[in-house]
Amino acid sequence: MSLIKTEELVHDYIRRDEEGNEDGRIRAVDGVSLNVNRGEFIAILGSNGSGKSTLAKHLNAILFPTEGSVWVDGKNTMDPDEIWDIRETAGMVFQNPDNQIIAQVVEEDVGFGPENMGIPTKEIWERVEESLKAVGMWEYRKASPGRLSGGQKQRVSIAGVIAMHPKCIILDEPTAMLDPSGRREVIRAARALNDVEKVTIILITHYMDEVIYADRVFVMDKGRVALKGTPVEVFKHVEELKALHLDVPQVTLLAYELRKRGLDIPDGILHMEELIEVLEKICR
Amino acid sequence: MLKDITLGQYYQTDSILHRSDPRVKLTGTLIYIVVLFVAQNIWGYALAAVFLAVMIALSKVPVKFMLKGMRSIAFLITLTVVFNLFMTPGEVIWSFYKLKITAEGLKMAARMAIRLIFLIMGSNIMTLTTTPGELTDGLESLLSPFKVFHAPVHEIAMMMSIALRFIPILMEETDKIMKAQMARGASFDEGNIIERAKSLVPLLVPLFVSAFRRASDLALAMEARCYRGGDKRTRMKPLRYKVSDYVAYGVLIMLLAASIALRICL
Repeated sequence: MSLIKTEELVHDYIRRDEEGNEDGRIRAVDGVSLNVNRGEFIAILGSNGSGKSTLAKHLNAILFPTEGSVWVDGKNTMDPDEIWDIRETAGMVFQNPDNQIIAQVVEEDVGFGPENMGIPTKEIWERVEESLKAVGMWEYRKASPGRLSGGQKQRVSIAGVIAMHPKCIILDEPTAMLDPSGRREVIRAARALNDVEKVTIILITHYMDEVIYADRVFVMDKGRVALKGTPVEVFKHVEELKALHLDVPQVTLLAYELRKRGLDIPDGILHMEELIEVLEKICR
Repeated sequence: MLKDITLGQYYQTDSILHRSDPRVKLTGTLIYIVVLFVAQNIWGYALAAVFLAVMIALSKVPVKFMLKGMRSIAFLITLTVVFNLFMTPGEVIWSFYKLKITAEGLKMAARMAIRLIFLIMGSNIMTLTTTPGELTDGLESLLSPFKVFHAPVHEIAMMMSIALRFIPILMEETDKIMKAQMARGASFDEGNIIERAKSLVPLLVPLFVSAFRRASDLALAMEARCYRGGDKRTRMKPLRYKVSDYVAYGVLIMLLAASIALRICL
């Protein structure tokens, strides 16, 4: 069942001079139509300036379409009465963990969303407990966010969104500012939410290795969807991805290069174990 | 350098003062300040001193830790003492050139020093035993009657708590920018005052730019989490008075009454 749908979505950033006249126009998203089903894990890939973050901000009514339309759980984001409902349905985690934690104690920050929604005190506590446990940050509930690592802060941000009980979580480059272990923590938490709680996840990233777990991948370039499909399907297009300044996971690249040299290796290898298995067969 | 500001810091431990309602502590500090200014004679100050000593003992904050915070205002106290000592007219007891110390000046200086030290220690106890979050909650609740006049009480409290949250982040950022500029040959501790002030420009400009960027990011994140002002908001930690808080109010009223009585009767 469809949860998020965009139809021919166009977004222009308009620069205005002092009098408010249009001075310049940059088209960030150019006719994107996509459809996200309930419970899916979607990845949106793209290099800098490909429009992926702009697209993300449309999905919970932070930005509004210049042309086309966005539907979240059957509600049009252009309808001013539905904005808060949409933001409760689709939660968003941003890139910089420092700039999205509001409170000075972890548990209070997680409670911020439910407080805004007008949830009764007792239920806020239940939600805070369950969401901090879901991301494995329950022991840190009394800590000050300043003392946490980047990955931990980002998990707190995710917990803050989960506490609002959204149907969908949009993660806008949540790992861009983290070290490798922090990245692993965050991606593991996102996958667990998708597997266990069946929350729809839309992960926006430019790291290839985060994409291989997705159900479907959209690759964006210059505001358009350049490639789409399952990770296996998308990573078959090694040359196209390279042309878009995107890397392919190392294993896939190795398999691709070996095949080019004439080894009998199938398309779409994403995991190291798969390649090892194939190579073992060949060597025998 | 920027990191050892202990004034206005929270000291984590478990005491009666830590557990009591922030509104009681805020009003208590206010009453204590009034008491300090009501006091005219030695008994008034003795009362304030005893109260302060009891509060320090109840707070379980080490006295050493409190005195460390006082160091940063030692200069202010010295200045006040010196000015009062030499500037108060009256019966001269010691003179050197044009400098004169008067009996009144001596008395005044001692009084001001005691007042300042007590005042700062008193408010220090409040900030040491109250988390910044509780403090802003308490302020919001105490000021809520002003909402009748459309005063933006919730907004002010929210601004305070966000400011407190971002102070360490911006401190760290200042440190980073300073080091980056120093690596490129800037110096911040050479030359006279004007040169030093000028050298701060390359520090302040990037700091402001980054602060504005952070503010815009934060506003976006707050909106994405459905923040729309104070109306219809519920509380995760609503403030509720306990019996001990009412007792504390009683003690505070008695303190105020005693200090007024001491001033009138003695």
